Amino acid sequence: MTGRHKRPRLAVWKFASCDGCQLSLLDCEDEILALAEAVDIAYFPEATRSEISGHYDISLVEGSITTAHDAVRIQEVRRRSTKLIVIGACATSGGIQALRNFSDVKEYTRIVYARPDYIETLATSTPISDHVRVDFELRGCPINKHQLVEVLGAFLVGRRPATPAHSVCVECKLKGNACVMVAHDAPCLGPVTHAGCGALCPSYNRGCYGCFGPKETPNAPALSAKLSELGMDQRALARLYSTFNANADAFRQESERHDQDGQG
Amino acid sequence: MAEQRVITAEGLQQLIAILAGEGRRVIAPTVRDDVIIYDDIESIDDLPLGVTDVQGPGSYRLVDAPEAEYFGFVVGPHAWKKFLHAPQIELWRAQREGGGVNIHAADIYAERAAFIGVRACELAAIAIQDRVLTGGQHVDAHYKMRRDHALLIAVNCSKAGGSCFCASMETGPAATGGFDLALTELKTAQDHLFLVDVGSSAGQALMDQISSRAATAQEHNAAQAQVEHTTESMGRSMPAGVNTPQLMADNLLHPRWQEVATRCLSCANCTMVCPTCFCTTVDDVSDLAGERYARERRWDSCFTMDFSYLHGGGVRNSVASRYRQWMTHKLSTWVEQFGSSGCVGCGRCITWCPVGIDITEEVRAIAGVEAV
Repeated sequence: MTGRHKRPRLAVWKFASCDGCQLSLLDCEDEILALAEAVDIAYFPEATRSEISGHYDISLVEGSITTAHDAVRIQEVRRRSTKLIVIGACATSGGIQALRNFSDVKEYTRIVYARPDYIETLATSTPISDHVRVDFELRGCPINKHQLVEVLGAFLVGRRPATPAHSVCVECKLKGNACVMVAHDAPCLGPVTHAGCGALCPSYNRGCYGCFGPKETPNAPALSAKLSELGMDQRALARLYSTFNANADAFRQESERHDQDGQG
Repeated sequence: MAEQRVITAEGLQQLIAILAGEGRRVIAPTVRDDVIIYDDIESIDDLPLGVTDVQGPGSYRLVDAPEAEYFGFVVGPHAWKKFLHAPQIELWRAQREGGGVNIHAADIYAERAAFIGVRACELAAIAIQDRVLTGGQHVDAHYKMRRDHALLIAVNCSKAGGSCFCASMETGPAATGGFDLALTELKTAQDHLFLVDVGSSAGQALMDQISSRAATAQEHNAAQAQVEHTTESMGRSMPAGVNTPQLMADNLLHPRWQEVATRCLSCANCTMVCPTCFCTTVDDVSDLAGERYARERRWDSCFTMDFSYLHGGGVRNSVASRYRQWMTHKLSTWVEQFGSSGCVGCGRCITWCPVGIDITEEVRAIAGVEAV
C-alpha cells in the first residue's frame, strides 16, 4: 500500500479532556514511524503546529462535549471526516468531568471562579455519540496504545478491530492471574468492566477501577451485592462506579442506586 | 497394575532432577501471591509444603496446614489446559511479498513438559479434552503435539476441598489411569513417604532411575484409607439419583435460569477456569502498513456476546440463555456429543465465580431436591 496510493489523511481532535489519549498516540514509539508512513497526519495540534483544512479520511476524537461551542464544533468535525473514531473515556462516556451531570454546575462555578459570569459551560458532559454519528468507540482512561494501533490498522485495511467487549476477567484468565476478589477479597470492577487494558491492576494484585467502562451486558447490581458482602457501604459503592466512566449507563444507574444522600 | 513402590521426599527430588535433566519443563503446584498455581519448578522446595487451601463459593484462602505435606491441598485457579490447550497462539501469518501474499503456518510447538501433581479430576478433564480436540476427524495439531510430549505425574488427593465433588462425578479422588506415575503422599509422625503406582513404560523408566522399595501391606492400606477419607469428606456433591443430562433437557424453560441470571455476571470466569471448556475464537490482525497479517487464536467463552454472533447480532442476548447454554452443554448435550459429562467435579467454577454460583446447587434447584 505504501507509496502506491495516496495516503489516508488522519486528524486528531481534542474536546474536553486531559490529552492523555492523544499522548497514547505519541507513546506508540515502536509504531509511530509506521503510522507516519501509513497515513498523512494532517491535523494533530499535540504533535505538530501544521494545520491543513479540508477533509479527513480518519478523525480521532478525544474528549467530551461540555460547552455550546464544542457542541457546534463536533458537527463540523463530523462533516469533515469520512470515519470518525472516538478515543477514551471522555469521548465514549463523558469522562470524569461528567460528575457534573450529578450536581449543580452553577454552584461549582460560583465556588471555584472569582468571576463565574466569565464561564460559559453546559450543565452536562456528554459523549461524542450523543451529538454525532460515531464509526467506532475505543474505550479506556487512558486508551491502550496497542488497541489504538489495532483500530487504526483495522480501519486502514477495512477489517473489524479486535477490541472485545467482554469482561476484564477474560484478560486476567488469559494471563494466568488468580482472581484478586476471590483470593484476596479485593473489591474489583473487572467482572462488569470492558476489556482492553490487559488486566493492568489485577496483574499487580489490585482490584479493577473500571477505567474502560461497562462491558457488554454488565450486571452491576450482582457485583455490588458481592462487594457489600466484602464490606463496602452504600456510599463507597456509589463512589466506586463514579469515576472516569460515571456517565456510562450501567455505571451511572448503579451509582445512583447506591447514592442515598445525593452526594455521589 | 504392578506392585506399588515407595519413595521418599529425596526420591521425589531425584525425580524432578531426572525430568529436568531430560530437558523437560517441570511444572507443578507452587505458591504465588498466596494462591497455589501451576508453574515451572526447579526443586521440591518450590512445592507448597505445609500450606493448604480453604475453598468455598467465590472464596479461596491459603492457610498453614496441620501436616507438612507437599500436596496437602486441592486444585487452584489454573488447570493443565493452560499448557496443553494454550490460552493464546498464532495459527498463521501472511505477508505481502513480490506482488503476492505468502502464508506461513505457525510452528507446531513441541514442548516436552512433565506435570507433577495432576489430580484425578484433572486426569479425567485431560481425557475429555483429548477426546474433544484429538478424537474426531479434525485434530487440533497444537494440542496433540503438546499432549504427546507431556508426562503426567498424578497425585491422589489426601484431602477434599470445600468446592470438590469429584466423588459424585465418579472421576476421583483416586487416580485410576491415564498417568505415567501416580503418587500417594503418606505423612505420619515418623515417616514422609510417597507410594508410587506406575502407569506407563515411561513412568517405569523413570522409576528405574530412582531408589525405591516395595510398599508394605500396611502402607498400601494406609494409602487406600486416606483416599477413602477424602471420598467421604467432599465439600459438595451432585445430587444422587438424578439423571442430570435428562433433567437439563427436560427443563430448558425452568424459571431457575432467569433467577440465576440475576446473580450471574456473565464474566466468563467459570469457563476460563473449567478444565474441560475448550472453546476458542480467532482474531485477524494486521500491521499499520497492511503488509503483514496474522490469525491469532484465544480462549473464548459462551458467556460473551461475540460467541453467538451471527449476521446482525448475538443469538444469546440474555444472560439466562448464556448460563443455560453453558450448564446444559456441560452436563447434558456434552454426553450426546462426546460420550461423557463435561463436568469432572473439580469445583473450580464454584470457587472462582466472583459471586459464588454453585453448579451443584443449580442442579438441585432445577431437580427440586433439598440443598445439602
